[in-house]
This record gives sequence, C-alpha cells and structure tokens, in this order.
Amino acid sequence: MIEWFTWVQVAVAVAAGLLCLGLGLAGRVPNDLALGALALVELLLLAQLVVAIAAPAFGNHASGSVLEFYTYVVGALLLPPAAAFWALLERNRWSTVVLGVAALAVAVMVYRMLQIWTVQQA
Amino acid sequence: MSGIGRVLVAVYGVLALAAVGRSFVQIVSKFDQAPLAYSLSALAAVVYVLATIALVRAGRGWYRAAWATIGFEFTGVVVVGTLSVVFPELFPHDTVWSWFGRGYLFIPLVLPLLGMWWLAVHRPARHETDAA
Repeated sequence: MIEWFTWVQVAVAVAAGLLCLGLGLAGRVPNDLALGALALVELLLLAQLVVAIAAPAFGNHASGSVLEFYTYVVGALLLPPAAAFWALLERNRWSTVVLGVAALAVAVMVYRMLQIWTVQQA
Repeated sequence: MSGIGRVLVAVYGVLALAAVGRSFVQIVSKFDQAPLAYSLSALAAVVYVLATIALVRAGRGWYRAAWATIGFEFTGVVVVGTLSVVFPELFPHDTVWSWFGRGYLFIPLVLPLLGMWWLAVHRPARHETDAA
C-alpha cells in the first residue's frame, strides 16, 4: 500500500461523499457530476487493488491480516456500483444521498485498510 | 419504501456488509479462539441482512419481520454493549456490538432507533395488509 495515494483516495471519497450529500439534500436527482464522482472513487479502488497485489513483490508487506484487508477491498469495490445501480433505477434526490453514503462508507473502509496494512500487528 | 427511508436502507445495507465481512474474516481465520463471540457475530450479520431485506419489502409479513430483526439488533447492542462495559473479560474479542458499537461509529446503536421510528410512522396501509 502506498500511503500518500491512500490518503488521496480517502480525501477523494470524502469529497465525493459530501458532494453527493449536498446535491441530494439540495434536491438534485443523480446527475453526471454525482455519478462521475462515484466512478472516480471506484477507479481509485481498482488502482488500490492493483497496488495491493503488486506491493508485496516490491517488499511492501501488510502488517496485519491479509484476509481482512481483502475483505475490505472487495466490500468497498461493491459499494459504488450498487449505489450507482440504485441511482439509475430510482431517480430521485434520495438516491443522490445514497451515492454520498456509499462514498463516505468507502472512505471509512479505505482508512481501515490503511490501518490493517500499516499499524495492525497480525 | 420511499423518500428518506431509502437512505435508511442504504445505511442498513452498508452495516450488513460490514458485519458479514467482519464475521467472514473472524470465522475463517480465528473461529477456534472465541467460538461464542464469533457465532454471535455471524448471527448479528445474518440479522442485519434480514433487516435490510425486510425494510425494502412491502406488506405486513415483512413489516413484522422488520420489527423483529430491528428489535433483535437493538436488544443485542444494548445487552452486549452493557456486558462488554461492565464485564470486559466476557468479550475479549470485538463484536459489532461491543461498547455499543464503538468500532462502527455507534451506528449499531443509533440505527435500530431510527429504524423503529421509521416503522412506527410508516405502518402498512389497510389495502397492503389485505394483500399480504
């Protein structure tokens, strides 16, 4: 895991979450901006997955449980598509809020991944 | 289920995912260390999933199921939360409900209350009752 990249990822997910919460509470139905923000969050998660798979080959090993780490990765990867699917199915302000909830949940999960990788002792 | 209730369902879904994920890791990697705590974790995870489904589905049967699962969660978080504070030695391993769900930003404590409030103000209408 690359620490600065992970922090950027947490920041992007928080920003995307707050953006969608704001748009949703302002009464907007899911638009390109909201869905684009979630797509960016998902893209960064995929990048993180590639980094995590490659990292041990470069001597960068997880300090904590690898199983727990990947459970978080898989769980986090599921959230943006699920929320986006919902947003396309049911176009109202609350589905925009749901997009925000998903992005914020991803932020928390990425933070947990960082803890598992860097500070948790197996 | 409409309006802000959708957000409630989404948060339930996330919590269900978190509980299932954690329970999966505990059972696969260290079940023998604390079979009771981890079985409880698995049960809690299943109930969160059921509660999420029950909130989405319409009809009186699902409405009752939602009350039962959410009531179970609230009882769980209060009982296990209290026990974990008063007798920490009983719960040396984390569960979703330890310390009233502190590891999950207290969402396990707050969410059932919101869920019960939602159910109380959204009783199924009479025609739905007949259909169910």
